[in-house]
Amino acid sequence: MTIENYASLSAAQISASVRAGQMTPSSLVNASFDRADEIGAGRDGLNIFLYSDRDACCEEAELVSGRLEKATDVGVLAGVPIAIKDNIASLGLPTSCGSKILKGYVSPFESTAVTRLRANGAIIVAKTNMDEFAMGSSTENSAYGPTRNPHDVRLVPGGSSGGSAAAVAAGITPIALGSETGGSVRQPAAFCGVVGVKPTYGRVSRYGLVAFASSLDQIGVVGRTVDDAAIGLETIAGFDKMDSTSSDADVPLYRLAALGKPAPAAREPDTEAMRIARTPVPLPPPPSETTLKGVVIGKPREYFPESLDANIRDLCDRALDKMRWMGATVRDVSLPRSPLAIPVYYIIAPAEASSNLARFDGVRYGLRVDPGKGLRPMYDATRSEGFGPEVTRRVLLGTYVLSAGYYDAYYKKAQAVRTLIADDFRSVFASGVHTIFTPTTPTPAFAVGAISDPYEMYLNDIFTVTANLAGVPAMSVPIGRVRRLPVGGQIITPHFDEYSMFRVGYALEAALGADAHR
Amino acid sequence: MNDRYEMVVGLEVHVQLKTRTKAFCGCSTDFGAPPNVNTCPVCLALPGALPVLNEKAVELAARAALGLGCKIDPISVFARKNYFYPDLPKGYQISQFDQPLATGGHIGIGKTEDGKDVQIGITRLHMEEDAGKSIHDRYPGATAIDLNRAGVPLIEIVSEPDLRSATDAAAYLRTLKQILQYLDVSDVSMEEGSLRVDANISIRPFGQTKLGTKTEVKNMNSFSAVERALDAEYERQSKLLESGGSVQQQTLLWDAAHETVRPSRSKEGSHDYRYFPEPDLRPLLLDKKWIDDAQANLPELPDARKKRFVEDYAISLAESEQLTATPSLANYYEGVARASKDGKSAYNWVMGEVLAALRSGDGDISLFAVRPADLAQLLNLVRDGTVSHTAAKRVFAMMVETGKPAAQIAADEGLSQVGDESALTTWVEEVLEEHPEEAKRYLSGEKKLQGVLVGFVMKKSRGRADPKRVNQLLSARGG
Repeated sequence: MTIENYASLSAAQISASVRAGQMTPSSLVNASFDRADEIGAGRDGLNIFLYSDRDACCEEAELVSGRLEKATDVGVLAGVPIAIKDNIASLGLPTSCGSKILKGYVSPFESTAVTRLRANGAIIVAKTNMDEFAMGSSTENSAYGPTRNPHDVRLVPGGSSGGSAAAVAAGITPIALGSETGGSVRQPAAFCGVVGVKPTYGRVSRYGLVAFASSLDQIGVVGRTVDDAAIGLETIAGFDKMDSTSSDADVPLYRLAALGKPAPAAREPDTEAMRIARTPVPLPPPPSETTLKGVVIGKPREYFPESLDANIRDLCDRALDKMRWMGATVRDVSLPRSPLAIPVYYIIAPAEASSNLARFDGVRYGLRVDPGKGLRPMYDATRSEGFGPEVTRRVLLGTYVLSAGYYDAYYKKAQAVRTLIADDFRSVFASGVHTIFTPTTPTPAFAVGAISDPYEMYLNDIFTVTANLAGVPAMSVPIGRVRRLPVGGQIITPHFDEYSMFRVGYALEAALGADAHR
Repeated sequence: MNDRYEMVVGLEVHVQLKTRTKAFCGCSTDFGAPPNVNTCPVCLALPGALPVLNEKAVELAARAALGLGCKIDPISVFARKNYFYPDLPKGYQISQFDQPLATGGHIGIGKTEDGKDVQIGITRLHMEEDAGKSIHDRYPGATAIDLNRAGVPLIEIVSEPDLRSATDAAAYLRTLKQILQYLDVSDVSMEEGSLRVDANISIRPFGQTKLGTKTEVKNMNSFSAVERALDAEYERQSKLLESGGSVQQQTLLWDAAHETVRPSRSKEGSHDYRYFPEPDLRPLLLDKKWIDDAQANLPELPDARKKRFVEDYAISLAESEQLTATPSLANYYEGVARASKDGKSAYNWVMGEVLAALRSGDGDISLFAVRPADLAQLLNLVRDGTVSHTAAKRVFAMMVETGKPAAQIAADEGLSQVGDESALTTWVEEVLEEHPEEAKRYLSGEKKLQGVLVGFVMKKSRGRADPKRVNQLLSARGG
């Protein structure tokens, strides 16, 4: 384990080496930036970053080194380079949301998630490219040009957290934060062959996450491995008084899920559980016939339609076979209202977005275009020039569905159907199913520029958007490749049961081994 | 008002709650700070900031609702009211819409000529946040924005269209203000903007039950402005109908300088606020016990206090009404009445000397130099004969000036009443000598001169003589 193979080190390995004095935070920052240079992450290459500053990061690394000298424990992410999606506020780095309207905007306060990462010793190396205000599934809607898929530069990395998924896939950081509203972490994770987690709504504070659709938004984690995602989520999860919708439910040590043990009730220092949680690798026992003994996995028929890419279906079947082999029972289930998810989502999300984006008015910060003809023309010019076409489309759509005379027919109806979609998940979980398994996306990554019809683009989220509407946690793990392109399988569990989600994720990752990437 | 049309008025009153911090962030609500000092990421609506509800604001809003006889809904929902304006940083105001905090209250505003209670219904009371301030006249060609007020907690109290005259409207506002003062939920000052009134007014021929088309009148900065604006708008609508025209639904602004209403330039009527539930806040859940506790802890309200004073302190209803006009006056009076055990004298003193002294000072009775217990002590000195009525007024004046206790002033200044026989006899003899004419007439039987002679003695003693004893001595001398 040396800095030379930085790109293949996990966050836990890096942190353990740093705490043991075998690697320095500065060398890791440099390794991360060197890797970015080597892979061509820059503007004229993969275009992964919207902002990064090696010198500033080296200074931050020195601060972490200073803390290491003084403190006995800097945290589980000591010296780990992490990339942050550009819609999550971070002190010292701009937060532009991939939009022209916030070009160069530096937030005077920091998101709770980033503060928690830093408190645990992480070093924020970059802000990653994204679809403008997280509206998109390809990162082509960035005002700063599309990000390219590290597996094939002709393809999109998915979106909207395409920059974060690409940064991890390219080996620049083992962990990146993304955000989800309808699949924006899981879909790019699937397209880039990495792990993507969307926690339960309320699990992670949204304070400092620039709002797209507040009732759906949730910060998520991209990790090279399940363990990277688990350690990342473990760090940022938990109640925050600054977010009224954050939950005070206990946050178990997700890494213990690797051992297939039940979740411990609470975090107690100086226990075996805490010690295991801090080991470089949780070293799951090799997968066996008993690894998932007693676990019931639901296979919802609505997520395996006739039209599903046959190769993706085969990879899902292979993954389900592996889980059966590990002792799990696979049961056919139904989530009958899931096919309504896309229309419901495209009413609720734009409605909330139309209100959330009203603050970008050119009055207090960000872009102002003033033709000098008074207030209304200033608003019009600022917003017309500041927002790209997809954002404009959704703001208009959202304004329409909330307007007098249409509210009941659209927004209210959509909320009612949303409840039904969530009820479907509840009843499947109440019937004794522990985990639902589906493909993450209907297709692998597509070519940049290939999809121009907005509705066709929206269908990319067809399997992921239900978890956002229902609020349940879900993750995408690599389950193999189609035509050399990564494919993700989706694991969904009940509200606040990320622990079980990680348990299945760890087991599936271990059982697939190298097959996950071929 | 003419005899053809009935005035129908409903009022929307915005009241700023008396919290230390804003409704959804920790910024100070202090009035008068330099512009934009009391702001933070939340009330500036910086990207990524989220609202967190101020519990104290909920407590005060609930107290107001219960005090106005409303029913609190155990589940109420915050909603976004969307519109663009530079002093509205988020582009929406957090308010409550179809599930307000409370509904169905009422307040009494007196009696009709035939003695029936006039009750004005309160449709609803909901919580919301204030916007900032746009300042149009400070910088030529530009508008300045001050966001200190943005996010300050308000309640909006909507009345039923139960008011039938401008006088009624003013009475409603006075009563509402008085109740809110008693509840201690707001400063209720129109001058400082902590109470704002918008009026909805329509007219209809007497006897008609169907409501006419209403207009909304804004921009009144005092209760009397509300009265005058309503009368002016009533006249305008009457003339319109008289001449065969019709009233258009619109927003009007009261122009105090010209004593007239004029149409608002902004197209208020065309606003579509696109209300929807605020996803950043959970529904506000108040359980029964919490509501019951709030009800049980309500302070005594003006009506109850007025009646109790009559019982407890043996004063008339009219006197009690004067004393209970504001909670601070009532508290002061009650302090004096309790400690002196003489409600009537306490009334005379508080409404007389105390208010007179206040009017010549800074006017806040809760900060008045003479505390109720001190005044009661003076009253007690008068009652037990230590200080005469005349001397008491001088003692009081010195109490106001020095803040010293009554007994000490009376002793120091020699204003204690003198009942000592020899001193009194001396003063009586001297007076008879100094006023031989009156003395002669009195001693020869002109009894009505006794009062004059007592007056001379009191004057000579600088008010210290006990007038009762002086009378006795004179009577004895007069034989």
